Amino acid sequence: MNHSPSDDSSMPVASRKIFVSLDTTARSRGSDKVAKQVESILNSQPELAATLVRNGSRGMFWLEPLLEINTPKGRVAYGPVKAQDVNDIITLQCFDDAIEHPLCLGLTEELPWFKSQQRLTFARVGIIDPIDVDDYISHGGFVGLTNAFAKTAQQLVDEVKDSGLRGRGGAAFPTGIKWQTVLNEPEQQKYIVCNADEGDSGTFADRMLMEGDPLVLVEGMIIAGLSVGADQGYIYLRSEYPQAHDILNKAINNAKAAGYLGHNICGTEHNFHLEVRLGAGAYICGEETSLLESLEGKRGLVRAKPPLPAIEGLFGQPTVVNNVISLASVPYILSHGGESYRDFGMGRSRGTLPIQLAGNIAQGGLVELAFGISLNELLQQYGNGCKSKRAMRSVQVGGPLGAYLPADQWDTALDYEEFASIGAVLGHGGIVVFDDTVDMAAQARFAMEFCEVESCGKCTPCRIGAVRGVEVIDKIINEKSNEQERQDSVDLLHDLCDTMEFGSLCAMGGMTPFPVRSALKYFPDDFLPQPSTQKAQ
Amino acid sequence: MTATNEQGLQQIATIIERNQTLPGAMLPILHAIQNDLSFIPSNALPLIAKALNVSKAEVHGVISFYHHFRTEEPGAHVIEICRGESCQAMGSRALEENIKQNLSIDYHQTSKDRQYTLEPVYCLGNCACSPAIRIGDDIHGELDLQKFEQIIASLNTYSLELK
Repeated sequence: MNHSPSDDSSMPVASRKIFVSLDTTARSRGSDKVAKQVESILNSQPELAATLVRNGSRGMFWLEPLLEINTPKGRVAYGPVKAQDVNDIITLQCFDDAIEHPLCLGLTEELPWFKSQQRLTFARVGIIDPIDVDDYISHGGFVGLTNAFAKTAQQLVDEVKDSGLRGRGGAAFPTGIKWQTVLNEPEQQKYIVCNADEGDSGTFADRMLMEGDPLVLVEGMIIAGLSVGADQGYIYLRSEYPQAHDILNKAINNAKAAGYLGHNICGTEHNFHLEVRLGAGAYICGEETSLLESLEGKRGLVRAKPPLPAIEGLFGQPTVVNNVISLASVPYILSHGGESYRDFGMGRSRGTLPIQLAGNIAQGGLVELAFGISLNELLQQYGNGCKSKRAMRSVQVGGPLGAYLPADQWDTALDYEEFASIGAVLGHGGIVVFDDTVDMAAQARFAMEFCEVESCGKCTPCRIGAVRGVEVIDKIINEKSNEQERQDSVDLLHDLCDTMEFGSLCAMGGMTPFPVRSALKYFPDDFLPQPSTQKAQ
Repeated sequence: MTATNEQGLQQIATIIERNQTLPGAMLPILHAIQNDLSFIPSNALPLIAKALNVSKAEVHGVISFYHHFRTEEPGAHVIEICRGESCQAMGSRALEENIKQNLSIDYHQTSKDRQYTLEPVYCLGNCACSPAIRIGDDIHGELDLQKFEQIIASLNTYSLELK
């Protein structure tokens, strides 16, 4: 990295720092070029006495590459910055109070989009150097772990239960109860497995967290280990995330060197070992039992439950399998108390949810808020409408297995139970927006096609159902089908969806009917032959 | 499946030796082989099977289950086009057709000049800046055909850069 802790101590308090993100999306918008330019200017003008920090992203992706400069009042943001803008920004204005550069956005944390958020889990993302242990500690890192050392395993599990935290991967199972099951198993080899196989389209919260603050995940996993009596952790990371892979490995090595991982962590009697394992492009491996098979080195076939992974998980041993965000929320719970976390949210959905705005949206990015905000507020206030400037028509929440919702459903509050009551799912908090050029019959067909490609093949409703699903939707939308044939095919599709929903082993086959049925229910006209209209390709 | 030469086999033997004692060593071994050789050669299978005490069929079963693993040598650049819903919302259906035509190949194919291999991928996590593709370890977003052509041109010219 570009600065080391020792530099900090030898510098004046207000040491000059320039921040440019190394987040995948920021890089895809050119942040590496900006960073390179910053470096070359700092090298050629040592009198500026500033250092470059590659941080995570603040999550305002339409403003990336975002360049931030620390000032006595706080960090000042410029964006979106191109390499050719860097020289002006740095040499003319960066340490001047009168900032008049056209790209200047003012203080980052005063930007309304950012200021109105409730960042608990993402508190450090976009702020610290992701792999610098000292930077992590100086921003409240490892406080939760220090508190955890003073508690018994049962007290730790109780704290997580008190927080009301439910699994953020999508299933929303209470994390504390899962941990209790593992803790209750007799003393033996137990495992903590982090599910970092974030395969849902429209979701990137796990990736952003692993790239922007990987040590909070490491800390969460260590606390999970203390809570259930496990000394080995694995992060199962999807191979589509090369940048997260690199950063996680560096962060783990640094945590090891600083004594937080390995034998006798922090001088205690506890051991915790942590390793990243790569998936290999199979969506189904985000399903926890399929993930465990894959970790064991096998085909990612879903296991029948019971036995639960908490009792017979990895290599047949009791295993906690939690999503990245679930585990990364634990350090906050242990540093601020379960009650403090539970104070956020509504109903039985406690705490905050990192919401991801994606697809055809003007201001895409990450918004962490307490449960309870409505979809409409997110889409308009935060998202600012469609990127194409056309009318918004359909929104898919919760990934490829989530329902498509029309405008009259967008007043629904983000809450697990509220979403379930309208036949939808909140999932991992991903929201994909479509404008009025979308062909919802094509989206329904794609849902089946995706299931066909990604089904593990173990159970028939999913393996065969998805193939038949594509065929029967083709019959419905075929212009040559007559009214009777079309109606028969629609009936057949509902029947098939029932079979998949109630007969599949896991959510892959069981929830593929959600997008299909919601498309059919809310957008029936798209399934009618309409050769003359402007359907999207 | 394509086989590798003596040198490739040497590399594979080293990889296996380094990884075989890991719990669940199969995927780490397959990843390491593909990283070094760009694909998993057919004559690696018996070596892996022996080291992990499983049958060759089991190794083959694992390789064929995962989209990421390949058993043929790809082109110099592997281009993965995201087919996820978020990218579809931003025009990826038209874009993928355009890219296929532009390169004159379909998914899972390699161009005649051995420069490009095209693969579908289901989400690169770049969904706020769709549509996205991945070339090597670089992810590109907000893509259209023009930007794609620029990226392809830059892939082909960097080795000719003169100082």
